[in-house]
Amino acid sequence: MPEVAAVELQGITKRFPGVVANDDVNIEVAPGEVHAIVGENGAGKSTLMKILYGMLRPDSGTIRVRGEEVHFRSPKDAIAAGVGMVHQHFMLAENLTVLENIILGSEPTHGPMIAFGDARDRVKELSATYGMPLDPDRLVEDLSVGERQRAEIIKVLYRGARILILDEPTAVLVPQEVRELFGNLRDLKREGVTVIYISHKLDEVLEIADSITVIRAGRTVATVNPGDVTTGQLAELMVGSELPRPETRESTVTDTVELTVEGLGVKAADGRWLLRDVSFTVHRGEILGIAGVEGNGQAQLLEALIGVTPIAAGTIKLGREDITTWSTEARRDAGIGYIPEDRHEEGLLLAAPLWENAMLGHQAQAPFAKGAWIDRKGAKRQTEAIVSQYRVATPGIRAAAYALSGGNQQKLIVGREMIAEPKVLLAAQPTRGIDVGAQASVWDAIRRARAAGLALLLISADLEELIGLSDTLWVIFGGRLVAKVDASKVTPEELGLYMTGAKQREAAS
Amino acid sequence: MKVRRAALWLLAPIAAIAFSLLVSSIALLLIHQNPFTAFGNMVKYGTQGNQIISIINRAAPLFLSAVAVAIGFKMNLFNIGVEGQYYLAALLAASVGAAVHLPPVLHVTLILVTAMTVGAVWAGIAGVLKVTRGVSEVISTIMLNFIATGIGSYLLLNYLKRPTAASDLATRTREIPKSGLFPSLDKLLGITNPNEPLSGFLLVAIAVGIAYYVVVWRTRFGFNLRATGLNAQAARVSGVNPGAMVIQTMLISGAVAGLVGMLYLLSFFHAYTLDFPTGLGFSGIAIALVGRNNPVGIAAASLLFAFLEVSAQILDLNGIPKEVIQIMQGVIILSVVVAYELVRRLVEAQDVRAAAQRTREPAAPLEGVAA
Repeated sequence: MPEVAAVELQGITKRFPGVVANDDVNIEVAPGEVHAIVGENGAGKSTLMKILYGMLRPDSGTIRVRGEEVHFRSPKDAIAAGVGMVHQHFMLAENLTVLENIILGSEPTHGPMIAFGDARDRVKELSATYGMPLDPDRLVEDLSVGERQRAEIIKVLYRGARILILDEPTAVLVPQEVRELFGNLRDLKREGVTVIYISHKLDEVLEIADSITVIRAGRTVATVNPGDVTTGQLAELMVGSELPRPETRESTVTDTVELTVEGLGVKAADGRWLLRDVSFTVHRGEILGIAGVEGNGQAQLLEALIGVTPIAAGTIKLGREDITTWSTEARRDAGIGYIPEDRHEEGLLLAAPLWENAMLGHQAQAPFAKGAWIDRKGAKRQTEAIVSQYRVATPGIRAAAYALSGGNQQKLIVGREMIAEPKVLLAAQPTRGIDVGAQASVWDAIRRARAAGLALLLISADLEELIGLSDTLWVIFGGRLVAKVDASKVTPEELGLYMTGAKQREAAS
Repeated sequence: MKVRRAALWLLAPIAAIAFSLLVSSIALLLIHQNPFTAFGNMVKYGTQGNQIISIINRAAPLFLSAVAVAIGFKMNLFNIGVEGQYYLAALLAASVGAAVHLPPVLHVTLILVTAMTVGAVWAGIAGVLKVTRGVSEVISTIMLNFIATGIGSYLLLNYLKRPTAASDLATRTREIPKSGLFPSLDKLLGITNPNEPLSGFLLVAIAVGIAYYVVVWRTRFGFNLRATGLNAQAARVSGVNPGAMVIQTMLISGAVAGLVGMLYLLSFFHAYTLDFPTGLGFSGIAIALVGRNNPVGIAAASLLFAFLEVSAQILDLNGIPKEVIQIMQGVIILSVVVAYELVRRLVEAQDVRAAAQRTREPAAPLEGVAA
């Protein structure tokens, strides 16, 4: 093609403490195409897009927009260069109208007044041009999710963007809305707008994209034409097989049931079921994996099991004891451990010293507590033990948690849960965003605990991790457990089909 | 390392005080006064024996008020209602104290327990509203201040007022008998002929300060409190019940707030009067901020604020408006917040760098891979 690329990323590298999020990423996006970027959670897609949108600055590498090298310092610079982003979580003020939201931050003025008339005309013109019907005077709170997304897209176009980044745009849409969105994207393409489409829903990507770049562990693995690949091949590219394999050997599953979940259901505030009719058991020495695209009820399942979200239906049993109505503290004390999905949000007190972080979740038990008192000596001794057994690299147990790299923070969390020898461990994304070495040592800890009789519920976006570690593997989709697969036979490709709902649809038709 | 770190944290308030001296000097120069004379006089006057006693007497209530606020601050709970809590507590405790005759220790205990209960109940209302109805405690405690004033005035005028002759215009509660008053420390410390006695209530304030440290830093409850303040979501999944924590913390904070007016009541006023000191609750917020919720820091900040108030009395005698110390207090509060944030960032950056250097791992992959 003689045309200049709309966007060209060359050798983009971005490191965070302990993690290389992007490692020599190269992508060329032709003007007027829909270019999909696919990869697992944590593969570095979001970091890359934040770099392209000026929210992060790369450590090295160059960005060219329409052939010209750019150095974005903020999203403002990106917008000025015609690059706009529609976030996965909408950034709209609910109590303002569509029009007010669209002009917010770049209001056209007549002297001291906002020129609403001009703005309204421009918005109407945009929605006509791109075939996106939208009444500028409705309140955002009255819009459907699909309409809100349209408002976001028009907002970006209003600011003059000719290159649109869509971050997981279908994550929040129902199938009909997905159809509409795809129609809109085709219209945008027709009008010469370039779309960069981030997703891990492979069937959708194959349908809408003109070209697809696969990212794995921060690196660009391949750029392919959708016509040349199948969903299966894409999944294989996404997952790869270069990483150390998280395999477990002979089964340690026993007959003793540790965790029984029956008919569990969780409802959203508006009455929708976020989790429905979920039933499973986990035995001593068993790892039960749950595969699924993020946002299909995994978070609600964990919250219901640890007792921080009210459940609408079902029962939970620990051993023979019904713990459905127990408080979080009682569940913790009874032997349920928890490795949260996001260590900063739920796992650590970043400003507190390591030894206090080691207590978190176990503050009511020995050796951390003696009655109502904190046992500082016991706590510090236990923390020393965690640090040495789980190889947490730290200047000492008095160091603040924020001073550690992500991998070492994670090792501390895994260590504090494991050393307490829980009966049941709920682990979400135990190796997300940490380097290969730390990942291997977390897997190692999980395997040893399993052999010692731990019942583990593993929720992960890393299919290889799930397949390698799980004794039993379920797929969650739309808040339900839709398939139980044989972990020893299933391929990531097949799993991917269940996770995206493709396999279900095949069976139905 | 530890010493350097402490010095760094100390630097922040010192810089804030220096800056406030600078700003108030400019203010003084603008009204054609010599700042050196003014500050010199303040120091000379404020360090005399009688004034030191006065400073300590003033600092103790400020300290209690700041501790009441700080307990909430440690879990990001903002009790802005110490003002109303100590007002109602002082009024009702004064009335209860005047209504009974008991042996000395018991009498004082009853008055203090009444004050703490009233403060706890009044603060507890805000806690219950937050947990059951999601009302921000900032709003509810501020509004409860106004309600406290209203209810207090009504009770005082209609029920608690000392019956007076028509010629006596002072509205006040009845006098607390001698058995209900707090002794002074003068005899114990051999202080002779002071302008005002050194109140024994100082010991209560010190005890509350020690209890504050022990509860917040040494107990499980305190750990849960601090964990909630640092990361509410992490605390929740660790087993802390957020609702229970809010209510318990508000009750404790209110109980301490109830003690704020007791030094004045039991050592000086002996009854609730219309000229009972006000504003201590709001000063407490500022002092907790300047003292970084740390018991020693709060004590130092209380003494500093009390020193400024007492020593400023000399300024009027020299024809200098003593309001200059309000400029100083304001500037200290504002600049210390900025200074603490700067130090926090500096310390954090240092820590991250130090940890990275001291833990540099070998490039080889970990042994776990092979296992």
